[in-house]
Amino acid sequence: MAEAEQTPYGDPLGFAEGEWSDAADPAEEFGEAPEPEAPNESPNELGHLLGDLLDLAARAMTRIKDVPPETWQEIVEDPLSAALQCADAIGVKWERSLEHTLAFARARLAGDYAVDEFGFDPEFTEVVLLPILRLLAEKWFRVELRGADRLPAGGALLVANHAGTLPLDALVLHTVIHDATGRHTRMLGADNIFDTPYVADFAARIGTAVASPANAARLLDNGELVTVFPEGFKGLGKPYAERYRLQRFGRGGFVSTAVSAGVPIVPVAVVGSEEIYPMLGDIAPLARLLGLPYVPVTPTFPWLGLLGAVPLPSKWIISIGEPIDTSAFAEPAEPGAPVEADPVAVMRITEQIRGRIQARLHELLAERPNAFPHLSDLG
Amino acid sequence: MTSPQPTTSVVLVTGVAQDLGARVARALAAGGDLTVIGLDLIPPRHELGGGEYVHADERSAILPRLMADRGVDTVVHLGLASAALGRAAAKEANVIGTMQLVAATQSSPMFRKLVIGSDAAVYGAYGQAPARFTESTPLRAADAAGLARDLIEREQYGAALASRRHDVVVTTLRLAELIGAGVTTALTRILTQSVVPRPMGFNPRLQFLHPADAVRALTAVIREDHPGVFNVAADDVLSVSQVLSILGRPGVGLPPSLRPIGDFFGGRNAVKVNNDQLALLTYGRVMDITRFTATTGVRPQYSSRRAVEEFAAFGEPGMLSSHRVDALIEQVAHVLSPRNARG
Repeated sequence: MAEAEQTPYGDPLGFAEGEWSDAADPAEEFGEAPEPEAPNESPNELGHLLGDLLDLAARAMTRIKDVPPETWQEIVEDPLSAALQCADAIGVKWERSLEHTLAFARARLAGDYAVDEFGFDPEFTEVVLLPILRLLAEKWFRVELRGADRLPAGGALLVANHAGTLPLDALVLHTVIHDATGRHTRMLGADNIFDTPYVADFAARIGTAVASPANAARLLDNGELVTVFPEGFKGLGKPYAERYRLQRFGRGGFVSTAVSAGVPIVPVAVVGSEEIYPMLGDIAPLARLLGLPYVPVTPTFPWLGLLGAVPLPSKWIISIGEPIDTSAFAEPAEPGAPVEADPVAVMRITEQIRGRIQARLHELLAERPNAFPHLSDLG
Repeated sequence: MTSPQPTTSVVLVTGVAQDLGARVARALAAGGDLTVIGLDLIPPRHELGGGEYVHADERSAILPRLMADRGVDTVVHLGLASAALGRAAAKEANVIGTMQLVAATQSSPMFRKLVIGSDAAVYGAYGQAPARFTESTPLRAADAAGLARDLIEREQYGAALASRRHDVVVTTLRLAELIGAGVTTALTRILTQSVVPRPMGFNPRLQFLHPADAVRALTAVIREDHPGVFNVAADDVLSVSQVLSILGRPGVGLPPSLRPIGDFFGGRNAVKVNNDQLALLTYGRVMDITRFTATTGVRPQYSSRRAVEEFAAFGEPGMLSSHRVDALIEQVAHVLSPRNARG
């Protein structure tokens, strides 16, 4: 690797040549980035989008009216296979035969499945959740996964940008990596997830763990792919105008975790998640009242009620970067001082990784000038 | 550290009226090589085998003389007063009792080992808890109240003794929730309600220990020297949903503020759910048992699942027992089957 000599830690990613120091000021870099539309043009773009969506809904209604009465008859006579056929038609590959479905129901009702010490339920995730998410990833967001072959065979810490009001990016990332490698990525989530009813239950079932050094070390020692979103709620809840501007990467706890576990850090850039729920405003008083991090106002929420929870069909690209060997960081700057205990060193490495992801986001955005291409193809 | 200790010959076991204490006393006496003295204020319901029962507790004035006269060398502290006594009385028995028991050991010149049967409850249960508690996870002593607080203080008397007297071996075993045929604990009383109230929106992870494995673990550290604190549990994990499925009992999710309604569901057999149990049923608790198995070589023989299944098999079948669920699934299958295609 020729460029590896250019920076103290090498540049194994290869996509951020010489951009280490530039990335320190993301706002400035954002202005120069080949982003096609300025943020203040977004209402116009969104207006077109809404028109397209209404058109789509009208066409779907016409189709339902065109269903012949015999078909309705068949649905009444065999509701389960009709439902499964319907799911199949839109791309959800659930277990198809009645026998399999019943055997699955029987096993679930008898408690005959395994959960691990984090409460992760692989069977639920694979059989119930992933088929739905697969539909969302393949048909709705048309996710393009790049560089899946770069994922190391053993444990690794995946670091990704986080956006989209609801953490759909985490679920989609889990789905596409599972489908490419057969491995489940295990997310590290904020504390308050696990204090929130239903959210706690769901998060644990799909393999999320409380972000703590002990949990991260346990997962990485087991050879898992562990995903962190260092932007946290700051990233999820940022306004639409600030999309693709990475927030601060916390205190860089993930760097210390990877160094002490001796696993590589894999930077991941996700493009597309930032447009799914364009957050135009935040009803802060209501958020305070409900104890939520924010209450979003999007073009469709809360105006359309539950329909407003349907994410906008942006085009996604997920790019997995070259793993960064953390053993280079482990060499103490001063004798006897491990790098994970040195906040300055940790912050420097954190900023470098953040800069790489930011640079990669700009490259991908240049490749995908329109967030909502081929919307009419959906119908 | 695993050399057998021939000097263990007279063992005093507290809390023999409780199931675990009686089982341990019987198991020790069955070897035939030990003198076993069982202590409790309530006479044990079952024979202690070759063990001898003494009607006294940790606070009894006769304890120092008993220790000295019989030359007790090993004290196994399993006595733990339940909340049924009332909070103040239970605290008195647990905390002051342990203090006086430790003080009484000084009367026996032969005394050389203290084994404390503690409980996983010392770790508490909370949203930010690690997936598995290790022995070095800080105990939430500051927040602890009730029985958890007593358990922590009981352990602290042991730790103080260990730091004061280097000739004494102090072993503390933090046992997971006991479950198995016929076991009754605060948790099993909640889980055997006909409709089990549970905090809504949470599906905590639970970990269990079969009493036979608890006895095996305790006898191992009584007969051999393994100083220190150890977690003891089955390695596998069950969610509350799974436990209720195995027991065939429907659960109903309630907001924790509606706890009185949860009590109402139990009707006549209503169980008061205290804060420790509420936290356990909200956040769950799982321990790392690596230290115990690596140090003693003792592995629990029952998985959590097998222990719960044994408990279910010996208890009253629940409303959703497996044959009823199967019948229901058959009916659903019948309704859903294509009516003309299948004969």
